[in-house]
Amino acid sequence: MGIVTPGFGLIFWTTLTFFILLYLLAKFAWKPILKAVQDREEAINSALKSAEDAKAEMASLQSNNEQLLKQAREEREAMLKEARAMRDKTIADAKGAASEEAAKVLEAARTQIHNEKMAAMTEVKNQVAQLAIDMSERILRAELKDAEAQKAMVDRALQDVKMN
Amino acid sequence: MTNSRTHLTGLFLAISSTLFASNAEAKAHETLIHEEEKEAAFNPAEVIMHHIADSHGWHLFDWNEQPVSIPLPVILYTEEGLVVFSSSEFHHDAEGHHVVEAGGQRFVNIHEKIYYASEEANEHGAYASMDHETHAVSNATPWDISITKNVAALLFSALVILLLFLPAARGYKKNPGVAPSGVAGFVEPLVVFVRDDIAKNNIGPHYKRFVPMLLTMFFFIWINNMLGLVPFFPGGANVTGNIAVTMVLAFITFVVTNVNGNKHYWGHIFWMPGLPVAVKPLLAIVEFIGIFTKPFSLMIRLFANITAGHIIVLSLVSLVFIFETVWVSPASVLLTLFISVLELLVAALQAYIFTLLTALYIGAAMHEEHH
Repeated sequence: MGIVTPGFGLIFWTTLTFFILLYLLAKFAWKPILKAVQDREEAINSALKSAEDAKAEMASLQSNNEQLLKQAREEREAMLKEARAMRDKTIADAKGAASEEAAKVLEAARTQIHNEKMAAMTEVKNQVAQLAIDMSERILRAELKDAEAQKAMVDRALQDVKMN
Repeated sequence: MTNSRTHLTGLFLAISSTLFASNAEAKAHETLIHEEEKEAAFNPAEVIMHHIADSHGWHLFDWNEQPVSIPLPVILYTEEGLVVFSSSEFHHDAEGHHVVEAGGQRFVNIHEKIYYASEEANEHGAYASMDHETHAVSNATPWDISITKNVAALLFSALVILLLFLPAARGYKKNPGVAPSGVAGFVEPLVVFVRDDIAKNNIGPHYKRFVPMLLTMFFFIWINNMLGLVPFFPGGANVTGNIAVTMVLAFITFVVTNVNGNKHYWGHIFWMPGLPVAVKPLLAIVEFIGIFTKPFSLMIRLFANITAGHIIVLSLVSLVFIFETVWVSPASVLLTLFISVLELLVAALQAYIFTLLTALYIGAAMHEEHH
């Protein structure tokens, strides 16, 4: 049968054509095409990878930010707390100082008042004593205006002395 | 009948080339038929077998009962060196009636095979000595490396392949790093498919150096299959349905597979591990035969599938001539259309299967044993 008997000529030409085709295609078609495809694949992969990296970096940045924010918040909180404490302390201190001062002033006032009072009392005493002396003088003058009254007086005094 | 046939051949001008040489064949057989005193009947089997086989000269169509064909160079390597002449010198004779004298030698064409012509014609008028029963020719043959119809179709398909892929590759060089456009957009998915799904998946880590071969194989088979489905010149030749072509391809697979076979591959063939020693030589014989049957099956599969496709299409087209009525043509055309579409699938499928199995065999030969 002719169709199952391979012809020599066709074997020859097929072999020749196939290998020329293989050579030409391998060199001028497959090599550039496969290289381009591979390059593109690599480019896509690296782009994807860098995108992934960027995403991870972004996430880490974000978490960093959050950390910073949290830290800042904490710091602020601490500062506020400190300030509040300082204020309270200042107020408390001021209050203490003021009351002390007030107490001091009060004490001083009290002392002054006391002194003034004492001085006034002494004055009054002196005035009263003067008044009493003056009165007594007047009385005495009035009583001892005549010689008789003086003599009675001396007598009385002598009488007192004798009794002693 | 002959009139209506010529008429129909005109009608089916587009398909007629697949039916090529029906008249030439019929004419050539006229003598035989006269001897047998039978009315010249259309013989579809003969037409189809003639189409499937190779021929010197590319028959296009018949015009006024005369075959019109493209003459192709006949190249013979004879005892006295290279002889070249045009196939038209046979004057469409394939029965050995017409002797061509070239380079001081005489040649005849008997069923598209070229023999050294005998001195005298035999009782059938052929210048060859034939067996009376089998008609087997006993004349000597020169080495025939003619550009036959199949060789011409082969060269044409090689040109198509180059024109398809070289511009595509140039596009990549011109605009590197951009998405493929034009031909490259069509070519690239196929190239990537062969690289990933055929080579990488079946060969394994060292697949890269086989990719160019597998790509060439895939597109060579596919484009030739497709061109074989084109019913008019320069398509329609049965290139991948010719056993010489599939044999060369299968032989390449055979060589590449066995050259790359590693220690485990040969170990599994000649001394299968894990078996009783008594069984090992027996299995070695089986495995050794297997080395040859694998590429042999590739050769037969491609040949048979493509040839079968051509036979079916031609049979369906021949229905008109078998029933000798034009009214069968709608059925004939519809069925031909259906089968042609199916053959488009087969064309791609057979290219895929051939390449896939080649990759599989190479992969098996290079497979490292995992313990």
